[in-house]
Amino acid sequence: MTRARIAVVLAAAVATALLVAGLAGARTSTPATAHQNLAVKGTITFDGIWTASSGQKQFADVIAAFNKTYPNVHVNYKPVGNNLPTVLATSVAGGHPPDMADIAQPGTVAQLAKQGKLKPITYAKSVIAANFAPAWRQLGTYSGKLYALVFKAANKSVVWYNVPAFKAAGVTPPKTFSQLLTDAKTIKASGTPAYSIGGADGWTLTDMFENIYLRTFGAAKYDALSQHKIKWTDPSVKTALTTMAKVVGDTSNVAGGTSGALQYGFNDSVTNAFGTPPKAAMVFEADFVGGVITSSTKAKAGTGFNTFTWPAITPGPDAGAVEIGGDLFVTFRDNPAIEAFVKFLATAPAAEAWAKQGGFGTGNKNVPSTIYPDAITRATEAPIGTAKSVVFDMSDEQPPAFGATTGQGEWGIFQTFLKSPSNVAGIQKQLETAAAAAYK
Amino acid sequence: MTAGGITAEPPVAAAPPPSGEPGRLGRYLTSAIFLAPALFMLGVWMVYPAVYTIIRSFFGETGFLGHWVGIDNYKTLFTTSTLTTAIKNNAIWVAVVPAFVTALGLIFAVLTERVRWAVAFKTVVFLPMAISAFATGVTWRIMDQQDPGLGAINALGKTISGVFSPAGVLSTASPSTSVLQSSGGALVLKTPTHPGGIALLGLTGIAPDQVPKSSAQAVTPPPKPGDIEGVVWRDFKPGGGKVGVVEKGELGLPGVTVELRNAAGKTVKTTKSKPDGSFDFSNVPAGTYHAAIGAQTFAKPFGGFAWLGPSLIVPSLLIAYIWIWAGFAMVVIGAGLASMPRDVLEAARTDGATEWQTFRRVTVPLLAPVLSVVFITMIINVLKVFDIVFALAPESEYARANVIALAMYLTAFQGGENFGVGSAIAVFLFLLVIPVLALNIRRFRRES
Repeated sequence: MTRARIAVVLAAAVATALLVAGLAGARTSTPATAHQNLAVKGTITFDGIWTASSGQKQFADVIAAFNKTYPNVHVNYKPVGNNLPTVLATSVAGGHPPDMADIAQPGTVAQLAKQGKLKPITYAKSVIAANFAPAWRQLGTYSGKLYALVFKAANKSVVWYNVPAFKAAGVTPPKTFSQLLTDAKTIKASGTPAYSIGGADGWTLTDMFENIYLRTFGAAKYDALSQHKIKWTDPSVKTALTTMAKVVGDTSNVAGGTSGALQYGFNDSVTNAFGTPPKAAMVFEADFVGGVITSSTKAKAGTGFNTFTWPAITPGPDAGAVEIGGDLFVTFRDNPAIEAFVKFLATAPAAEAWAKQGGFGTGNKNVPSTIYPDAITRATEAPIGTAKSVVFDMSDEQPPAFGATTGQGEWGIFQTFLKSPSNVAGIQKQLETAAAAAYK
Repeated sequence: MTAGGITAEPPVAAAPPPSGEPGRLGRYLTSAIFLAPALFMLGVWMVYPAVYTIIRSFFGETGFLGHWVGIDNYKTLFTTSTLTTAIKNNAIWVAVVPAFVTALGLIFAVLTERVRWAVAFKTVVFLPMAISAFATGVTWRIMDQQDPGLGAINALGKTISGVFSPAGVLSTASPSTSVLQSSGGALVLKTPTHPGGIALLGLTGIAPDQVPKSSAQAVTPPPKPGDIEGVVWRDFKPGGGKVGVVEKGELGLPGVTVELRNAAGKTVKTTKSKPDGSFDFSNVPAGTYHAAIGAQTFAKPFGGFAWLGPSLIVPSLLIAYIWIWAGFAMVVIGAGLASMPRDVLEAARTDGATEWQTFRRVTVPLLAPVLSVVFITMIINVLKVFDIVFALAPESEYARANVIALAMYLTAFQGGENFGVGSAIAVFLFLLVIPVLALNIRRFRRES
């Protein structure tokens, strides 16, 4: 996860939390815990990205909820911030990892699991099964063993649109991809470019590709490509890239044109679409866009901005699949205190402690959608818990050298694709070469 | 014995010990104790990491020491395109920056000797040194933005170009139907019109706030014999509407210059559209005509240069870096200039040398030691350059703007977490700096 990316997520989380702080009216009371467990004692060290200005306070509330049942376990949370991957990599290399950590990339979890640095959390299997759909347990499983709990998830299958711009063009949120293309033409004719793309951040481009691939070929094939069981030179990749070119190759319909889009970062892409006057009508990015809109533009929820689900491409069971990014909790040690904490984190009260404050999504099916503080948060977060098909952000699942290195690997190559969207075959070759080197 | 050495006070000095041995031991011990903290710091923060890095560079990706891979990491360094780009870019930096910085510093230093307000001028030129390179990078990144509404440099370009080629009133508009075709910037109606006919010029891609305030519902005028009439209108209403048809809710575009071109393509008449978008060419002689909207209507405003784009990113970085360091060079060279013997200069002038000859034959040779200090310092600085590239270049151009230090950071810490190749890059950078350092040390020795 890059500096910018984390900063974005954090900024979004804070802003959403601030936004909802005043609105949180419907607080469901968590069922009171009947008994306390005094026998389990100990201290757990936990490295996470949330700092004082982002989710640290909210996570402290989660820990407080845990301490209601286990008052003798002290969770020592360390707000590492943006450099978490580096700090963790060095502390693991030096042989002194924390007890638990929060990792955003399944690719990193897989690497650590392969090296035998992680402890399996098999003891939490039944709790997770009771609270999450099987797909979620699969997300934390590596070579047959359960290593990670997806505690916090962000819905990436979301499109944010400028409500007045859509109204001026006389279009309504599209349900299908072909409808999206027709609407985009109409929006352009109305005088506003349809798409706002933050091409300076490569991950906004891979996210778009991933949604297209997922919606065209379904979750099974998506997973195969994530694990490099399908090569990037596969015809399916060609189809998905060609589909993507219909959006990014519609140069005059992209805010700033191609060269402008390549210089706009994720934050710019949001302010371009929701500033006054808007430079574009919609942004394809995750639920955390909402936080950026409320913190850096004057647009109001509902009347100024709104969301729709990523349009369907191929009809079928996976047409409404959800792509997520998220925080995987892993353990480097094993003791009763850690076991108790992991089990607690998999339950609804743990998720609710944060979810009711906003800026939080969870795959926990026992968390009621009424817990989310406002309509837009509900619209973006609730599908995470109810989706039949969930996949993790593909670029995060791959080895970081390919999927998560600034300006290089997949991110860099998709930026080249944005420059020349007609060169599909060439891009496929570059992707395959880079992937093959990283999977070696 | 040792205690006596430590508390070596006047009495001991007054009466030197017979053998001299304990005193020397004591002196060594004293210096060792005084040196210890510095040696400890150097050991922990310089020697150990350097040795570890060198060893680490022969091991694989992860873990404390990973697995032995021999020189594979170095092979990767010279075969991966992003890394070779970094090496090439560093070569460009070394070729350009030290020379420019030294030359600019020399010019500034010599000139400030002759201007009034020299202090003010020096302060302004030196000021960038007071700003952290990261902040400089951020500042230049904002100034270099392509959008003239955001970037100061392109805003200046827009102001200048606005004087010479002003933007058209409908620069974003495009034709709504294919019968209206672009030719040399103008839009020409392909279907020929005859006197008594109507020309429909529909445009789209005009944002509601770009439509002039005076505009009214578009109206197709009734045909008049002998006249060619028509309408220019925003062929769009919410939902799209019917293309090429004037509908209710679609606005006329007033003030658009409409041209009437004859069969040869020559403009014979021009007129302006009314608030409802209608226009009228009266008393047109019989013949075949084409209605057109002049190119000036669609003239694009100055869009700005992509300073941060693929072709200009390296020059942009070099400019920003030279901007920072020119002040440093000026101050150092200025100091050299101040301590230069004046009588030599005066002697040269008395002998009838021109200003230029004095500068070239006297000033520059006498300044040579100072100039070489600046030059060599700049080579070392430039080899290690990192922060300005990191802050100034957008991430989409990292691959093109890459330099060795940034490549090391990206490979080792930003996602890659490949400490093996990262260490190899660091060692390579170290090797590049060593000869320059050696040169510098030798010079120091010579001078002392």
